[in-house]
Amino acid sequence: MSYLEYNVKTVPTGLKKVLYLNWPVVVLLAAVCSVGFLMLYSVAGGTLSTWAEPQMKRFALGLAVMFAIAMVPIWFWRNMAGLAYGISLLLLLYVEFFGSVGMGAQRWINLGFMRLQPSELMKITLVMILAAYYDWLDIKKVSRPLYVAIPVVLILVPTALVLRQPDLGTSVLLLVGGATVMFLAGVSWWYFGAVLAMVGGLIFAVFHFRGTPYQLLKDYQYRRIDTFLDPSSDPLGAGYHITQSKIALGSGGWTGRGFMQGTQSRLNFLPEKHTDFIFTTLAEEFGFVGGMTLLALYTLILLFCVASALSNRDRFSSLLTLGIATTFFLFFAVNMSMVMGLAPVVGVPLPLVSYGGSAMLVLLAAFGLVQSAHVHRPR
Amino acid sequence: MKRSPKDTAESSRRISRRGLLVGGIQLAFIGVLGLRMRQLQVKEADQYRLLAEENRINIRLLPPPRGLIYDRNGITVADNTQNYRIVMVREDAGDVDEVIARLQKLVYLEPADLERARKEIKRRSPFVPVTITDRITWEEFSRVAVNSPALPGITPEVGLSRYYPQYEDYAHIVGYVGPVSDYDLSRIDDQDPLLQIPKFQIGKSGIETKMEKVLRGSAGAKQIEVNAVGRVMRELGRREGDPGENLQLSIDSRLQNYVQARLGEESAAAVVLDTRTGDILAAGSTPSFDPNKFVRGISVKDYAELTGNKYRPLANKSVQGTYPPGSTFKMVVALAALEEGAVKPGETVYCPGYMELGDRRFHCWKRGGHGQVDLNKSLQQSCDVYYYDLSLRIGVDKIAEMARRLGLGTRFDVEMSAVAEGLIPTRAWKQEVRGQAWLKGDTLNASIGQGFVLASPLQLAVMTARLATGKEVVPRLIKAINDVEQPIKGGGDLGFSPSFLREVQEGMYNVSNSRRGTAYSMRIVEDAFRMAGKTGTSQVRNITAAERARGVVRNADLPWERRDHALFVSYAPYDDPRIAVSVVVEHGGGGSTAAAPIARDIVLQALYEGTPPLTAYPQKDRPRIESQQKKLVLRDFDNFGKGKTRA
Repeated sequence: MSYLEYNVKTVPTGLKKVLYLNWPVVVLLAAVCSVGFLMLYSVAGGTLSTWAEPQMKRFALGLAVMFAIAMVPIWFWRNMAGLAYGISLLLLLYVEFFGSVGMGAQRWINLGFMRLQPSELMKITLVMILAAYYDWLDIKKVSRPLYVAIPVVLILVPTALVLRQPDLGTSVLLLVGGATVMFLAGVSWWYFGAVLAMVGGLIFAVFHFRGTPYQLLKDYQYRRIDTFLDPSSDPLGAGYHITQSKIALGSGGWTGRGFMQGTQSRLNFLPEKHTDFIFTTLAEEFGFVGGMTLLALYTLILLFCVASALSNRDRFSSLLTLGIATTFFLFFAVNMSMVMGLAPVVGVPLPLVSYGGSAMLVLLAAFGLVQSAHVHRPR
Repeated sequence: MKRSPKDTAESSRRISRRGLLVGGIQLAFIGVLGLRMRQLQVKEADQYRLLAEENRINIRLLPPPRGLIYDRNGITVADNTQNYRIVMVREDAGDVDEVIARLQKLVYLEPADLERARKEIKRRSPFVPVTITDRITWEEFSRVAVNSPALPGITPEVGLSRYYPQYEDYAHIVGYVGPVSDYDLSRIDDQDPLLQIPKFQIGKSGIETKMEKVLRGSAGAKQIEVNAVGRVMRELGRREGDPGENLQLSIDSRLQNYVQARLGEESAAAVVLDTRTGDILAAGSTPSFDPNKFVRGISVKDYAELTGNKYRPLANKSVQGTYPPGSTFKMVVALAALEEGAVKPGETVYCPGYMELGDRRFHCWKRGGHGQVDLNKSLQQSCDVYYYDLSLRIGVDKIAEMARRLGLGTRFDVEMSAVAEGLIPTRAWKQEVRGQAWLKGDTLNASIGQGFVLASPLQLAVMTARLATGKEVVPRLIKAINDVEQPIKGGGDLGFSPSFLREVQEGMYNVSNSRRGTAYSMRIVEDAFRMAGKTGTSQVRNITAAERARGVVRNADLPWERRDHALFVSYAPYDDPRIAVSVVVEHGGGGSTAAAPIARDIVLQALYEGTPPLTAYPQKDRPRIESQQKKLVLRDFDNFGKGKTRA
């Protein structure tokens, strides 16, 4: 299709591509991952082998995957979008029926050398197919109900499957990430306005009818909302995670307690200290300065991606880059909000820092796509 | 499908517009995150961090109970008892001296304890609890608790403290715990927060220190919120630690108690091995000491008494003490020569009472000589000249090789402190360590277990067990950890020719069963439990020519330090060996008179699993044994642990 639109001659070829990579992003990614190694070393009580070393190996593998993907022209990946989405969906269906149950949720397929979480894969392939869809779609038809319904289905099917696992965090990421791509592609404001109004009305109804015979949720569900809104009401029960991570953050202060000195994580008060709550350890040991440094690194990655997307004249490339950037943003924004008590605890890892193979590999592969779009942009 | 350029341009613009909008929203949200972080970490840090450090949110470590230690039959060897103590937090107390003065009216405080506590209070951070006094009675404890309003900063606490209900018996094996010291902290690389607890007890010697990691467990902790005056408002979090793991020893407490009692006031050691498993059934070392004194913090006077004692009560002689094995080493030389084919069992050597080597004369212990001596007679009557002769035929290196096969010169991996390697000399060793060439005279000395040769009682027991079974017996001290049986090591065949091994065993049998044997008077007459053994008397001084000219000096006439060590190794029953015993009595005189009787008593005690009947002893010894049995005070294990009192 738009293959011919590219002026092939201006696209770098062979090893020259390496020079055209978005190198600042590579450096920033490595920096974020290094923060992760440091923290994993610290929460393991000063041992490498527990978490830091496996994580380093995965980073090395992920980096290789990223470079490999970046070397392949972006139009190849666009043609692959449908296939990739289809495979992810099949894998999601597979874990629905045959997956291993871990941490109370069916999430992964054991591949022997690593455990693959199809939901992680889906975060990226969903963005790919939506970008490819809007690349294909005539811009005048973007807001027609039928052409809005197609991407909505593409988003809702995997979201529903992930929600069933149950993995609330990832389904929020899929939903919001997908919706953002639709928004970027130019779908009319009215649709988004309508959905937001409906959600608002629902929330109002939920609280308004509480205690009446018409109440919409079960009592325990209301209590969960209460603990989220006021965690101190149940410090040992449901509010435990939030209370503990707030204490950790607070006791970090400006500059933190020092590397490997955090009592909260050393004494195991922090839940999931090497995965979802790793930020608390960073904040406790390196304080506000450390936390802000990581946030700044994330922001810079985001800015470089947005800049790359906006300067790219290829529709697929810019939608894909913005979509991946948004997913990445949602990752750390949801994780940090959760840790800082701004959002309920939904189980989203801190990207590239939390311990976990699938997330790291998939994110680096996604940045491989961003790189490919950057390298092969029309000039 | 084809797209018009305008369409693409329009699309690009729209993506840019909306992209900027989305990016802007994201940036705004990141700003919110930053502000929230600032709020939590900088503004409310006062609320969290200062509170954390000024004790509003307090982290109290919960020390895990230390693993218990049992003997092989489940009798408690190391226990945890409740211990009441008084703890003070300086910043809550305000006027420390005033509070201590008030406390003194309620509880008796040792001046030494008080001095130590005062120093510690000054040295530590104001919010660290410092133990003022320990092991107070329940009455004192409750008196302090009732008066707590008048005693700011003072908390009575209940903790666990180590207690060794068998006192002296296990002092050397199990060792003891004591409060962690600055020296300990500087020496060990251990990040465990438990070590920061004042007076936290860690292993200081023996199994307690060798198995520290296993016994300690891991810290639990609780977070409590306290108000401005230190009252606990609520518990915010609690994580239980893991209790230490329990150990089961291979030691049999009844036998251990017997061995300690039987060795009595001598400076002596004895080891009892199960020849089938390598289990150390008893490892006695006397004199001993009460490890509970160390747990409490031993007084300077008591400590000086222990270190000043010439019998060295603190040393664990059973594994740490090394002695020239004397004639007990002869089996090594005999088996080495047989295996080398250097001598045949029936072949005789003439013993005139000495051997000439150059211008030096090496004497046999029997001045008149043994006449014609074959292998059996050489062991039975412990002829030195026979072994001088054999050793010259095979050389010291072959002897050393055999000694190592039998377990001498090897540091066994048993969980006690300062396990000695002993010394089995070779040519290379002397050249390297002493810088001197090996001399033939050295070989002669080594052949009778003198000169450079050194072995610990444990090694001698292992040697005996290996001679008794022909198998690679490896000592085991820890039988199970948390009820998980520990593997029995070794057990493989040592590859000796059975007929040669039999010759040596028969020689040992004759030592205590043949009328001319050196330990015949110390035989066992119960047929099922016949004992094989070997005496050893090792010199700790050179007998000068002048002394020899004056005639043999009797040990009893010498000062204690210069008397011979008495040794005896044995195994029983002869036909089906179950136990191997080694006994060393430091400066005890002759092996047959000082060590063999002890070994026999221990063998019988072990085989009968209690006090043996007099019928196991030769007729004429029975009256003496009977009175000895009556005099020996043993622990009453039938009522053990009942009505236990706090030490």
